[in-house]
Amino acid sequence: MSQFAINLLFVGGSFLIYIGIAVWAKAGSTSDFYVAGGGVHPVTNGMAIGADWMSAASFISMAGLIAAGGYANSSFLMGWTGGYVLLAMLLAPYLRKFGKFTVPEFIGDRYYSPNARLIAVICLLVASLTYVIGQMAGAGVAFSRFLEVEATNGLIIAAVVVFIYAVLGGMKGITYTQVAQYCVLIIAYTIPAVFISLQLTGNPIPMFGMFSTHTESGLPLLEKLNQVVTDLGFREYTADVDNKLNMILFTLSLMIGTAGLPHVIIRFFTVPKVSDARWSGGWALVFIALLYLTAPAVASMARLNLMTTIYPEGTSAQPIEYEARPDWIRTWEETGLIRFEDKNNDGRIQLYDDSNAGFADTAAARGWNGNELSVNNDILVLANPEIANLPGWVIGLIAAGGLAAALSTAAGLLLAISSAVSHDLIKGRLNPNISDKGELLAARISMAVAIVVATWLGANPPGFAAQVVALAFGIAAASLFPALMMGIFSKRVNNFGASLGMLSGLLFTLIYIFVFKGWFFIPGTANFPDTAEYWVLGISPLSIGAVGALVNFAVAFSVSKVTAEPPIEIQELVESVRYPRGAGSAQDH
Amino acid sequence: MSGHSYDAENYWKANLRLIFGSLIIWALVSYGFAILLRPMLAGIPIGGTDLGFWFAQQGSILVFMALIFFYAWRMNKIDEKFGVHEE
Repeated sequence: MSQFAINLLFVGGSFLIYIGIAVWAKAGSTSDFYVAGGGVHPVTNGMAIGADWMSAASFISMAGLIAAGGYANSSFLMGWTGGYVLLAMLLAPYLRKFGKFTVPEFIGDRYYSPNARLIAVICLLVASLTYVIGQMAGAGVAFSRFLEVEATNGLIIAAVVVFIYAVLGGMKGITYTQVAQYCVLIIAYTIPAVFISLQLTGNPIPMFGMFSTHTESGLPLLEKLNQVVTDLGFREYTADVDNKLNMILFTLSLMIGTAGLPHVIIRFFTVPKVSDARWSGGWALVFIALLYLTAPAVASMARLNLMTTIYPEGTSAQPIEYEARPDWIRTWEETGLIRFEDKNNDGRIQLYDDSNAGFADTAAARGWNGNELSVNNDILVLANPEIANLPGWVIGLIAAGGLAAALSTAAGLLLAISSAVSHDLIKGRLNPNISDKGELLAARISMAVAIVVATWLGANPPGFAAQVVALAFGIAAASLFPALMMGIFSKRVNNFGASLGMLSGLLFTLIYIFVFKGWFFIPGTANFPDTAEYWVLGISPLSIGAVGALVNFAVAFSVSKVTAEPPIEIQELVESVRYPRGAGSAQDH
Repeated sequence: MSGHSYDAENYWKANLRLIFGSLIIWALVSYGFAILLRPMLAGIPIGGTDLGFWFAQQGSILVFMALIFFYAWRMNKIDEKFGVHEE
């Protein structure tokens, strides 16, 4: 069977499962559509959160980022998991007790202010739309690489599948497809990792293999990797960072942002009880950790594999000849994600760090004229099975896994977007008397429109699409998380405080990002170059969300202090979300 | 339920204490061991690198998991003790 047929079989088979689930889990009411009827088991929900959370970025890009940055990019690992501690302790149980359908709804009720709710809706829409574009684009890329269709057509196929189960089943359909997608993506991620770990270290568990002995050299794997990369002028893989403030703030922004992302929070509304919301946080992290503990192992091993592919005789010997390059380099060259340029015309592939001034003499002495191979971070996971010479079905599995990761996150985001439109905007503002049936129809139409918009933006990505980390996490961290947390932990923060807090956190964060990345990400409009020497105190625009959150807290508390305290019924609402008794399932009032 | 009773206040304080303690550990393993205190832990070797690196790429995630389960388990006990658990 050809590789194309195998890929088609895996991807097509997984899609049939998703559609089957959609037909089985049809939503009959708004409660089904928004919160899957509120009857999801915590372990099931944990698995669905895992798929909801782990996007194309986690599946495809993260290991590549860590492979390239080594220790310095550990922030992604800690940030994208540590947020669940905040979520499980500071937000999820109380928001579940509150028992409504959307995140802006809590903000609107708690701060007795339609305007606060509107600010929350806007933040939600910007964060989720930015996020969903990347997922759709990722699905398009996976399709074009593995099924040899044009990226736009691939995108449309993906959109149709999401359309079927998300419009039909709402949260109910999404929940159970996410469970299936989690299984597909975690199997696809771990199988190649296990084989690579076995090949390099003889240890079948990647997270342990990473810290054990590299069979070939007899050295610890990471020591061998450090040796190889420094021989070629790169930074030591495990090297410490100079700017710890920035690393701390970046990690913190990712953590707070994770906890404040609406598409993750609403998944906690689907469980029957407050205690289930706590447990599902733990289960979610278990399922997420299966991938996140493996990713750094994949990163270090793939980096070492890449280096030894290019320098099979060791770093002091000649690199391979271009004509003798392995097949996987050929395959990926076609996609443009690997590029070779023979700068010194010797027919060999020189891969080294040509930006390292301290290495220039060594490079010159060896007759090298610049780094000749550029490898896009995103291919490491996708090319892993080929790099390790694994059988064709593993490649088919990776294709299905990458699509599962992209589609499950896209569906969760689309639900957050469509429920904000139908529940917060249409029912909340435009037509409060709409019937349950009418609202369900509105929810379905909003979902359909959201899918069309996301697909179009995925095919024609605007400049901000590449700024998921800055924009989505920055906004969630600086505006939504503090408002939600203060709504639960303070009875004193009032409508003015919260609204001004959200706005100032949001503006502060956006302006800092725009100053370095261009106003509204329009190229050429940045006021300063986006490099460390221009950043205030060395804080990167990606790390500013945590400072924005501080601004939000500070403004909210100060403004609340000098204005009237919230009405007594609001203080009672805050009391009631703190105590689990009498939760009942999520509902509309 | 009445939200102003003595018990309710103690329940909330117990929750806050538990959260506070958990978040200290949360911060210690990630911002502490994995980032700020890494140079101090550099003397402890683990698999070709140092303990701080292990915490940054593995240890902190494992501790986060344990923390959430511990919190869920403790809070359920506290819910019952104060009689605010769900039926």
